[in-house]
Amino acid sequence: ADAGRSRFAARPRVSRAGGVAVEAERLVSSVWVLLARSRSMGSRCGRVCWKWGSPLRRLTGFSRLLSTAVLAPQICVVGSGPAGFYTAQHLLKHHRLARVDIYEKLPVPFGLVRFGVAPDHPEVKNVINTFTQTAHSDRCSYYGNITIGKDVTVKELQRAYHAVVLSYGAEDNRILGIPGENLSGVYSARAFVGWYNGLPENRDLKPDLSSETAVVLGQGNVALDVARVLLSPLDILGKTDITEGSLAAIACSKIKRVWLVGRRGPLQVAFTIKELREMINLPGTRPLLDPADFTGLGDVVKDVPRPRKRLTELMVKSALEKPGEKEASRWAAATKEWGLKFQRSPLEVLPAADGKQARGIRMAVTRLEGSGESARAVPTGEVEELECGLILSSIGYRSLPLDSLIPFDPKLGIIPNSLGRVQGTPGLYCSGWVKRGPTGVIITTMNDSFDTAQSVLEDLQSGVLDLSNTKEGFKSVRSILHSRGVHPVTFSDWETIDAAEVARGKLAGKPREKIVDPQEMLQLISH
Amino acid sequence: RWLLAAWRPGGGSGAARRPGRFFGVSARARLSSEDKVTVHFINRDGDKLTAEGKVGDSLLDVVVDKNLDIDGFGACEGTLACSTCHLIFEDHIFEKLDAITDEEMDMLDLAYGLTETSRLGCQICLKKFMNNMTVRVPEAVADARQSIDMSKNS
Repeated sequence: ADAGRSRFAARPRVSRAGGVAVEAERLVSSVWVLLARSRSMGSRCGRVCWKWGSPLRRLTGFSRLLSTAVLAPQICVVGSGPAGFYTAQHLLKHHRLARVDIYEKLPVPFGLVRFGVAPDHPEVKNVINTFTQTAHSDRCSYYGNITIGKDVTVKELQRAYHAVVLSYGAEDNRILGIPGENLSGVYSARAFVGWYNGLPENRDLKPDLSSETAVVLGQGNVALDVARVLLSPLDILGKTDITEGSLAAIACSKIKRVWLVGRRGPLQVAFTIKELREMINLPGTRPLLDPADFTGLGDVVKDVPRPRKRLTELMVKSALEKPGEKEASRWAAATKEWGLKFQRSPLEVLPAADGKQARGIRMAVTRLEGSGESARAVPTGEVEELECGLILSSIGYRSLPLDSLIPFDPKLGIIPNSLGRVQGTPGLYCSGWVKRGPTGVIITTMNDSFDTAQSVLEDLQSGVLDLSNTKEGFKSVRSILHSRGVHPVTFSDWETIDAAEVARGKLAGKPREKIVDPQEMLQLISH
Repeated sequence: RWLLAAWRPGGGSGAARRPGRFFGVSARARLSSEDKVTVHFINRDGDKLTAEGKVGDSLLDVVVDKNLDIDGFGACEGTLACSTCHLIFEDHIFEKLDAITDEEMDMLDLAYGLTETSRLGCQICLKKFMNNMTVRVPEAVADARQSIDMSKNS
C-alpha cells in the first residue's frame, strides 16, 4: 500500500501559487491512489469492476484513502528563528504529507533575523521572504506567544507530535566572571543588540552613553556591530529599522571612541572581512591600529588559507600603509574613532568614586602560546588599565536548558545530540545554535537545520518514528493552551503587526518602526 | 519539411503571408535563439538539472525563474550577504568569467567547500560562451549523508 502511494503521488510544492497548486496536486494524487487501490484488488473481477466503475468498490477505496491521510507525520518545531524555519522548510519539501507546526515564545517570529542582525544590514534579513513562504504552506502553521516549558511542556508536545525539534537558540550570554561585572555601565553585547533591535526583554536597558570611551570585550562580528552602531552617523542609522527609543539615546551619546579588546592577537580575530571593511570605511570615523601589532604579519599569512590571509592583509594594509588622499582627508576630518587592542584579558571592572558606576577596566597583558586558531593567551604578569564608562562584553551567546527532563550539557551549552537526534530521547531532535553552539552565520544554521531534518526523514522512513501511532498535533495542544488561558498568535496575526510596523516606519522614513511592547502587539491583534 | 516550411518566404505554418511580416518574425526568432543559454547544474545528490536562461540573466535568476530544486539556494536574494549561491565552474569557463570583486570574494571566502574555480552564482551573468556549460552545486556539510526524499515519485 505504501509503495502504491509513493508511486502515484505528485510532487508537493511549497509554492507562491499558494494553496491552489497544492490542492490540485493533492486531488490528482488522491485519484491515483484511489485507482491504484481499486486496481490492487487483484482479481480479474476487480479490474472489470474498476473499469466499469463499481460504486461500492470506489467507496471502499475512498475510505481507505481517508485512513491514508491520517498517517501524515505530525512534527513540531520549537523556535521560529532561522533554525526553526529552515528545519520546517526542509521537512515540508522532502515529505509530501508531513505537517509542521512552529512554536515561538514571542508573539512575533524570526528570532535573531529580527533581533540579532544589525539594523544597517537589511539584505541579510531577506531570508524572511523564504520563511514567510514556508509559513504560508498549507501543511505549516505558526503559533506565537507560547512558551514551551511553561505554557506547555515538552512532554505534552511529545504526546501530541511524532517528532519534536528543539530550535530555540541561545537566549543568554557567557559571563566574564570578574569583579565589577555588575557595576552600572557594564552590559552584555547581547542585551545591547537586543535593545537597539527592539527585543522586548531589553527595551528598558537604558545603557549609559555619557562617557567618551567605550570598551567592547571580544573581537567577533557582534563586537563590530555594536561598535558600528555606537559610531555610525545618525542620518544613516535613522533610515534603518533601529528602534526609535535607541536612536534617540544614541543621538545624545557622548561616545567618541570604541576599543575592541581581544585576549589574543590579530591572527585570531573572529570577525570577518566584510564587516571589517565596513568599519574601516565608516563615515565620520578613523581607525586606531597600532603598527607594532601588525609589522611582519603579511609574511606570516602568505601560505595560510585565503579567508584568513585576506582578512589579515586588510588589517595590515590599514595599519601600515599610508592612506590614499581621499581616505587621509576623511580620517583627518573624523570626529569619532575605533581601534583594536590585542593580548589584553579583562581582570576587573574598576568602580568610580560612588562605587556604583564603572570608570575603567584593568586587564592582564598576555603572550601567545602556539599559533593560528589554537593559540592560547597566557598572562605575562604585566597589567594595564583603560579608562572607559561603557563596557560591552561580547564573548558569546549561551543556550539555556528548556526543561529539566531534556538532556543539556551546561559546560558546552548545548543539547547533547548525534546528527540532531537528542541523546537517549527518541522522537526528540535539535537544530541551530542549541545543537551546535552559538557561532556561525545564517548559512551555517541553514545547513545544520537541513541536516537535522534529514535525521527526522530517515527516522520516518525507517520506522523509528512510528506513524501507526496516531498523533493529534495542534488539536490537543490547543485544548491544553485553552485550559491555561494562553492565546496563540497566528502567522496572519503577525502579518497584521508587520503591516502596522511598516506603516509607522513609513512616516519616519524607515523600513519599519518595531513595536517593542508585547502587550501592544497583542492589543493590536485584539487578544 | 517543417524546417523548410519555416524558411519559406511568408514564414512557417499558418499566418505569415503578409509581406513585411516575414522579416519581423524571423529576426525576432534569430534574436531569441541568439540570447538563450543552456546551463547544466549538477545537484548535491548527483542529479543533473538542465535549464535555459537569457544572456544577462544571473545564475541565481536561472535557478529561481526555473524553480530548480537546489536546497537553500540564494538566501539573501542576490545582495552579496551570504554564500548560498556558491557554484563550482569548469576550468575553461572559469578563466573567462569577469574578474571577481572584493565584495564577492569577501562572501565567497565564507563558503563551505571552496575550490579554485568557485564563484557566487548571483554575480555571474550568462554570456553566449557559457552555452551548455556544467556547474556543480557544492556540498553544504562535511559528512553529507544519503539524502532522503519522500516527496518525489520513486
